[in-house]
Amino acid sequence: MERQFIVRGMLAGALGGLLAFVFARIFAEPPIQDAIDYEGGRDEAQSLLDQAAGLPAAHEHADPFSRAIQGSVGLGVGIIAFGIAMGALYGVAYALACGRTGGVRPRPLALLVAAGGFLALYLIPFLKYPANPPAVGNHETIRDRGGLYLLMVGVSIVVLVAGVWFGQRLKPRFGTWSASLLAALACAVVLGVVMLLLPSLGELPANVREHGQHATETPLPLTDPQGRVVYPGFPADTLFEFRLYSVAAQAILWASIGLCFAPLAERLLTSGSARSRPTAEPATAG
Amino acid sequence: MSTSTFHRAGSGATPVILDGARAALWLFGTVLFGVVLYYFVGIDQGATSVFGNDTHIHEFIHDARHFLGFPCH
Repeated sequence: MERQFIVRGMLAGALGGLLAFVFARIFAEPPIQDAIDYEGGRDEAQSLLDQAAGLPAAHEHADPFSRAIQGSVGLGVGIIAFGIAMGALYGVAYALACGRTGGVRPRPLALLVAAGGFLALYLIPFLKYPANPPAVGNHETIRDRGGLYLLMVGVSIVVLVAGVWFGQRLKPRFGTWSASLLAALACAVVLGVVMLLLPSLGELPANVREHGQHATETPLPLTDPQGRVVYPGFPADTLFEFRLYSVAAQAILWASIGLCFAPLAERLLTSGSARSRPTAEPATAG
Repeated sequence: MSTSTFHRAGSGATPVILDGARAALWLFGTVLFGVVLYYFVGIDQGATSVFGNDTHIHEFIHDARHFLGFPCH
Protein backbone atom coordinates (compact mmCIF):
# COMPACT_ATOMS: atom_id res chain seq x y z
CA MET A 1 0.00 0.00 0.00
CA GLU A 2 2.94 2.33 0.60
CA ARG A 3 3.51 2.68 -3.14
CA GLN A 4 0.00 4.02 -3.74
CA PHE A 5 0.54 6.57 -0.99
CA ILE A 6 3.87 7.70 -2.43
CA VAL A 7 2.55 8.07 -5.98
CA ARG A 8 -0.52 9.98 -4.79
CA GLY A 9 1.64 12.19 -2.59
CA MET A 10 3.86 13.08 -5.52
CA LEU A 11 0.85 13.83 -7.75
CA ALA A 12 -0.65 16.04 -5.04
CA GLY A 13 2.75 17.73 -4.68
CA ALA A 14 3.02 18.37 -8.42
CA LEU A 15 -0.44 19.93 -8.46
CA GLY A 16 0.35 22.04 -5.38
CA GLY A 17 3.59 23.14 -7.02
CA LEU A 18 1.71 24.12 -10.17
CA LEU A 19 -0.76 26.24 -8.20
CA ALA A 20 2.05 27.84 -6.18
CA PHE A 21 3.85 28.59 -9.46
CA VAL A 22 0.79 30.35 -10.89
CA PHE A 23 0.56 32.39 -7.70
CA ALA A 24 4.29 33.17 -7.79
CA ARG A 25 4.18 34.16 -11.44
CA ILE A 26 1.47 36.75 -10.70
CA PHE A 27 2.47 38.01 -7.25
CA ALA A 28 6.15 37.26 -6.66
CA GLU A 29 7.72 38.34 -9.93
CA PRO A 30 7.03 42.10 -9.48
CA PRO A 31 8.85 42.35 -6.10
CA ILE A 32 11.63 40.06 -7.39
CA GLN A 33 12.11 42.39 -10.37
CA ASP A 34 12.06 45.42 -8.01
CA ALA A 35 14.77 43.77 -5.92
CA ILE A 36 16.91 43.04 -8.99
CA ASP A 37 16.49 46.63 -10.21
CA TYR A 38 17.52 47.86 -6.77
CA GLU A 39 20.61 45.64 -6.91
CA GLY A 40 21.52 46.96 -10.37
CA GLY A 41 21.20 50.58 -9.26
CA ARG A 42 23.20 49.90 -6.15
CA ASP A 43 26.00 48.21 -8.10
CA GLU A 44 26.15 51.26 -10.39
CA ALA A 45 26.36 53.65 -7.43
CA GLN A 46 29.04 51.44 -5.88
CA SER A 47 31.14 51.42 -9.04
CA LEU A 48 30.91 55.24 -9.23
CA LEU A 49 32.19 55.41 -5.64
CA ASP A 50 34.96 52.93 -6.46
CA GLN A 51 35.97 54.98 -9.53
CA ALA A 52 36.10 58.16 -7.45
CA ALA A 53 38.29 56.37 -4.93
CA GLY A 54 40.55 55.08 -7.74
CA LEU A 55 39.69 51.42 -7.17
CA PRO A 56 39.49 48.95 -10.07
CA ALA A 57 35.94 48.37 -11.33
CA ALA A 58 34.32 45.11 -10.22
CA HIS A 59 33.68 42.88 -13.22
CA GLU A 60 30.08 41.99 -14.04
CA HIS A 61 29.25 38.28 -14.13
CA ALA A 62 27.14 37.29 -17.09
CA ASP A 63 24.04 35.25 -16.23
CA PRO A 64 23.56 32.16 -18.40
CA PHE A 65 19.77 32.66 -18.39
CA SER A 66 17.78 35.81 -19.15
CA ARG A 67 15.40 37.32 -16.61
CA ALA A 68 12.48 36.23 -18.81
CA ILE A 69 13.57 32.58 -18.56
CA GLN A 70 14.32 32.79 -14.84
CA GLY A 71 10.94 34.35 -14.12
CA SER A 72 8.87 31.88 -16.16
CA VAL A 73 10.25 28.42 -17.03
CA GLY A 74 12.90 28.48 -14.31
CA LEU A 75 10.44 29.58 -11.66
CA GLY A 76 7.94 26.93 -12.77
CA VAL A 77 10.44 24.05 -12.93
CA GLY A 78 11.88 25.00 -9.53
CA ILE A 79 8.57 25.28 -7.70
CA ILE A 80 6.98 22.20 -9.30
CA ALA A 81 10.11 20.11 -8.61
CA PHE A 82 9.98 21.34 -5.02
CA GLY A 83 6.29 20.36 -4.88
CA ILE A 84 7.06 16.84 -6.15
CA ALA A 85 9.87 16.47 -3.58
CA MET A 86 7.58 17.63 -0.79
CA GLY A 87 4.78 15.38 -2.04
CA ALA A 88 7.11 12.37 -1.98
CA LEU A 89 8.20 13.10 1.59
CA TYR A 90 4.58 13.78 2.50
CA GLY A 91 3.47 10.38 1.18
CA VAL A 92 6.11 8.68 3.32
CA ALA A 93 5.16 10.73 6.38
CA TYR A 94 1.49 9.89 5.89
CA ALA A 95 2.18 6.17 5.52
CA LEU A 96 4.25 6.24 8.69
CA ALA A 97 1.65 8.28 10.58
CA CYS A 98 -1.19 5.88 9.76
CA GLY A 99 -2.15 4.01 12.91
CA ARG A 100 0.66 5.58 14.93
CA THR A 101 -0.90 8.92 15.77
CA GLY A 102 -3.97 7.97 17.76
CA GLY A 103 -7.56 7.79 16.60
CA VAL A 104 -7.38 10.12 13.64
CA ARG A 105 -9.49 9.36 10.56
CA PRO A 106 -7.83 9.34 7.11
CA ARG A 107 -8.91 12.79 5.91
CA PRO A 108 -8.10 14.80 9.06
CA LEU A 109 -4.77 12.96 9.21
CA ALA A 110 -4.00 14.13 5.66
CA LEU A 111 -4.50 17.74 6.72
CA LEU A 112 -2.50 17.31 9.94
CA VAL A 113 0.48 15.79 8.10
CA ALA A 114 0.35 18.64 5.56
CA ALA A 115 0.27 21.19 8.39
CA GLY A 116 3.29 19.45 9.91
CA GLY A 117 5.16 19.62 6.61
CA PHE A 118 4.36 23.30 6.17
CA LEU A 119 5.57 24.06 9.70
CA ALA A 120 8.70 21.88 9.77
CA LEU A 121 9.96 22.37 6.23
CA TYR A 122 9.13 26.03 5.81
CA LEU A 123 7.38 28.17 8.42
CA ILE A 124 9.46 27.40 11.53
CA PRO A 125 12.80 27.82 9.70
CA PHE A 126 11.33 30.98 8.12
CA LEU A 127 10.72 32.49 11.58
CA LYS A 128 14.45 32.45 12.25
CA TYR A 129 15.84 32.78 8.73
CA PRO A 130 13.11 34.33 6.55
CA ALA A 131 13.04 34.13 2.75
CA ASN A 132 15.03 36.91 1.12
CA PRO A 133 14.59 38.48 -2.31
CA PRO A 134 17.58 38.93 -4.64
CA ALA A 135 19.95 41.73 -3.45
CA VAL A 136 19.40 40.76 0.19
CA GLY A 137 22.22 38.49 1.29
CA ASN A 138 25.98 38.62 1.43
CA HIS A 139 27.46 36.09 -1.01
CA GLU A 140 30.44 35.57 1.29
CA THR A 141 28.18 34.04 3.94
CA ILE A 142 26.25 31.62 1.68
CA ARG A 143 27.92 28.59 3.28
CA ASP A 144 26.98 29.66 6.80
CA ARG A 145 23.50 30.68 5.78
CA GLY A 146 22.88 27.43 3.91
CA GLY A 147 24.10 25.40 6.86
CA LEU A 148 22.07 27.37 9.42
CA TYR A 149 18.91 27.13 7.33
CA LEU A 150 19.23 23.38 6.88
CA LEU A 151 19.99 23.00 10.57
CA MET A 152 16.79 24.88 11.35
CA VAL A 153 14.83 22.61 8.96
CA GLY A 154 16.35 19.50 10.52
CA VAL A 155 15.70 20.64 14.08
CA SER A 156 12.10 21.54 13.20
CA ILE A 157 11.45 18.07 11.74
CA VAL A 158 12.98 16.30 14.73
CA VAL A 159 11.15 18.47 17.27
CA LEU A 160 7.74 18.08 15.61
CA VAL A 161 8.12 14.30 15.26
CA ALA A 162 9.23 14.12 18.89
CA GLY A 163 6.26 16.32 19.80
CA VAL A 164 3.82 13.86 18.19
CA TRP A 165 5.45 11.00 20.06
CA PHE A 166 5.37 13.01 23.30
CA GLY A 167 1.69 13.81 22.82
CA GLN A 168 0.93 10.09 22.44
CA ARG A 169 2.71 9.41 25.70
CA LEU A 170 0.75 12.12 27.52
CA LYS A 171 -2.64 11.06 26.13
CA PRO A 172 -3.54 8.29 28.61
CA ARG A 173 -2.93 10.66 31.48
CA PHE A 174 -4.30 14.01 30.23
CA GLY A 175 -6.70 13.10 27.41
CA THR A 176 -6.34 13.97 23.74
CA TRP A 177 -7.06 17.72 23.99
CA SER A 178 -4.70 18.54 26.87
CA ALA A 179 -2.01 16.13 25.66
CA SER A 180 -2.01 17.80 22.21
CA LEU A 181 -1.74 21.26 23.75
CA LEU A 182 1.02 20.23 26.15
CA ALA A 183 3.00 18.60 23.33
CA ALA A 184 2.58 21.72 21.16
CA LEU A 185 3.76 23.90 24.04
CA ALA A 186 6.80 21.68 24.56
CA CYS A 187 7.64 21.95 20.84
CA ALA A 188 7.30 25.75 20.95
CA VAL A 189 9.59 26.03 23.99
CA VAL A 190 12.30 23.78 22.51
CA LEU A 191 12.17 25.55 19.13
CA GLY A 192 12.23 28.95 20.83
CA VAL A 193 15.37 28.02 22.74
CA VAL A 194 17.04 26.74 19.55
CA MET A 195 16.19 29.99 17.76
CA LEU A 196 17.61 32.02 20.64
CA LEU A 197 20.86 30.04 20.57
CA LEU A 198 21.44 30.14 16.80
CA PRO A 199 23.08 33.33 15.47
CA SER A 200 21.19 35.93 13.46
CA LEU A 201 22.55 36.39 9.94
CA GLY A 202 23.86 39.86 10.75
CA GLU A 203 25.95 38.39 13.56
CA LEU A 204 28.00 36.20 11.23
CA PRO A 205 31.69 37.21 11.47
CA ALA A 206 31.97 38.25 7.80
CA ASN A 207 29.03 40.65 8.21
CA VAL A 208 30.23 42.12 11.52
CA ARG A 209 33.66 42.81 9.96
CA GLU A 210 32.08 44.58 7.02
CA HIS A 211 29.09 46.40 8.51
CA GLY A 212 29.27 46.23 12.31
CA GLN A 213 26.51 44.82 14.50
CA HIS A 214 23.18 44.38 12.73
CA ALA A 215 20.43 41.79 12.97
CA THR A 216 20.18 40.91 9.27
CA GLU A 217 21.93 41.15 5.91
CA THR A 218 19.37 43.55 4.43
CA PRO A 219 21.41 46.18 2.53
CA LEU A 220 21.93 49.44 4.43
CA PRO A 221 22.11 52.81 2.68
CA LEU A 222 25.26 53.28 0.62
CA THR A 223 27.30 56.26 1.76
CA ASP A 224 30.22 58.13 0.19
CA PRO A 225 33.44 58.85 2.17
CA GLN A 226 31.82 62.00 3.61
CA GLY A 227 28.99 59.90 5.03
CA ARG A 228 26.31 61.21 2.67
CA VAL A 229 23.75 58.67 1.49
CA VAL A 230 24.25 58.12 -2.24
CA TYR A 231 21.92 55.13 -2.56
CA PRO A 232 19.05 54.16 -0.21
CA GLY A 233 18.81 50.99 1.87
CA PHE A 234 16.72 48.10 0.60
CA PRO A 235 13.04 49.17 0.27
CA ALA A 236 11.06 47.81 3.25
CA ASP A 237 7.83 47.44 1.29
CA THR A 238 9.47 45.21 -1.33
CA LEU A 239 10.96 43.03 1.41
CA PHE A 240 7.61 42.68 3.17
CA GLU A 241 5.71 41.92 -0.03
CA PHE A 242 8.22 39.29 -1.06
CA ARG A 243 8.09 37.53 2.30
CA LEU A 244 4.32 37.68 2.57
CA TYR A 245 3.92 36.13 -0.88
CA SER A 246 6.57 33.54 -0.09
CA VAL A 247 4.56 32.39 2.95
CA ALA A 248 1.35 32.47 0.92
CA ALA A 249 2.85 30.32 -1.86
CA GLN A 250 4.01 27.67 0.61
CA ALA A 251 0.60 27.74 2.29
CA ILE A 252 -1.00 27.15 -1.12
CA LEU A 253 1.41 24.30 -1.84
CA TRP A 254 0.85 22.47 1.45
CA ALA A 255 -2.88 23.11 1.56
CA SER A 256 -3.19 21.66 -1.95
CA ILE A 257 -1.20 18.59 -0.96
CA GLY A 258 -3.37 18.00 2.11
CA LEU A 259 -6.68 18.64 0.40
CA CYS A 260 -5.87 16.56 -2.70
CA PHE A 261 -4.42 13.71 -0.74
CA ALA A 262 -7.24 13.50 1.83
CA PRO A 263 -9.95 11.92 -0.38
CA LEU A 264 -7.37 9.73 -2.17
CA ALA A 265 -6.08 8.37 1.12
CA GLU A 266 -9.56 7.75 2.44
CA ARG A 267 -10.49 5.76 -0.66
CA LEU A 268 -7.28 3.72 -0.42
CA LEU A 269 -7.67 2.98 3.27
CA THR A 270 -11.36 2.14 3.22
CA SER A 271 -11.14 -0.07 0.12
CA GLY A 272 -8.01 -1.65 1.60
CA SER A 273 -9.72 -2.58 4.85
CA ALA A 274 -12.78 -3.85 2.99
CA ARG A 275 -10.60 -6.24 0.99
CA SER A 276 -8.48 -7.47 3.88
CA ARG A 277 -9.51 -9.56 6.86
CA PRO A 278 -11.91 -8.08 9.42
CA THR A 279 -10.08 -5.20 11.09
CA ALA A 280 -9.75 -6.74 14.55
CA GLU A 281 -6.01 -6.90 13.83
CA PRO A 282 -4.80 -3.37 13.01
CA ALA A 283 -1.69 -4.51 11.15
CA THR A 284 -2.49 -5.31 7.52
CA ALA A 285 0.10 -6.04 4.89
CA GLY A 286 0.98 -3.15 2.57
CA MET B 1 -4.02 13.20 16.80
CA SER B 2 -6.90 15.15 18.27
CA THR B 3 -10.23 13.66 17.35
CA SER B 4 -12.70 12.26 19.79
CA THR B 5 -12.90 8.83 18.17
CA PHE B 6 -11.10 6.17 20.12
CA HIS B 7 -8.62 3.96 18.35
CA ARG B 8 -10.36 0.67 18.06
CA ALA B 9 -11.17 -1.65 15.19
CA GLY B 10 -13.97 -0.30 13.03
CA SER B 11 -13.89 3.21 14.49
CA GLY B 12 -12.74 4.65 11.17
CA ALA B 13 -9.32 5.58 12.54
CA THR B 14 -6.34 4.93 10.26
CA PRO B 15 -4.79 1.50 10.71
CA VAL B 16 -1.09 0.69 10.70
CA ILE B 17 -0.46 -0.01 7.04
CA LEU B 18 3.26 -0.72 6.77
CA ASP B 19 4.69 -4.15 6.99
CA GLY B 20 7.94 -5.79 6.11
CA ALA B 21 11.25 -4.96 4.49
CA ARG B 22 9.79 -4.16 1.07
CA ALA B 23 7.75 -1.31 2.52
CA ALA B 24 10.82 0.00 4.34
CA LEU B 25 12.80 -0.08 1.09
CA TRP B 26 10.11 1.87 -0.76
CA LEU B 27 9.93 4.47 1.98
CA PHE B 28 13.69 4.81 2.14
CA GLY B 29 14.01 5.15 -1.63
CA THR B 30 11.29 7.78 -1.72
CA VAL B 31 12.85 9.81 1.06
CA LEU B 32 16.17 9.66 -0.80
CA PHE B 33 14.47 10.84 -4.01
CA GLY B 34 12.73 13.68 -2.17
CA VAL B 35 15.88 14.81 -0.42
CA VAL B 36 17.96 14.76 -3.64
CA LEU B 37 15.31 16.82 -5.44
CA TYR B 38 15.12 19.20 -2.46
CA TYR B 39 18.90 19.53 -2.57
CA PHE B 40 19.02 20.43 -6.27
CA VAL B 41 16.15 22.90 -6.03
CA GLY B 42 17.38 24.56 -2.87
CA ILE B 43 21.06 24.16 -2.21
CA ASP B 44 23.26 22.90 -5.07
CA GLN B 45 25.64 25.43 -6.64
CA GLY B 46 25.13 27.71 -3.68
CA ALA B 47 26.55 26.62 -0.34
CA THR B 48 27.83 23.37 -1.89
CA SER B 49 28.06 22.12 -5.45
CA VAL B 50 28.25 18.66 -6.98
CA PHE B 51 29.09 19.99 -10.45
CA GLY B 52 31.98 22.18 -9.35
CA ASN B 53 31.96 25.82 -10.35
CA ASP B 54 28.99 25.58 -12.73
CA THR B 55 25.98 27.83 -12.02
CA HIS B 56 23.41 26.67 -14.58
CA ILE B 57 21.02 24.99 -12.14
CA HIS B 58 21.39 27.85 -9.69
CA GLU B 59 20.66 30.52 -12.28
CA PHE B 60 17.86 28.59 -13.98
CA ILE B 61 15.81 28.10 -10.81
CA HIS B 62 17.12 31.32 -9.24
CA ASP B 63 13.72 32.93 -8.61
CA ALA B 64 12.18 29.74 -7.27
CA ARG B 65 15.06 29.26 -4.85
CA HIS B 66 14.65 32.74 -3.40
CA PHE B 67 10.89 32.46 -3.29
CA LEU B 68 10.82 29.04 -1.62
CA GLY B 69 12.84 30.46 1.25
CA PHE B 70 16.29 29.03 0.58
CA PRO B 71 19.38 31.17 1.20
CA CYS B 72 20.81 32.30 -2.14
CA HIS B 73 23.98 34.14 -3.26
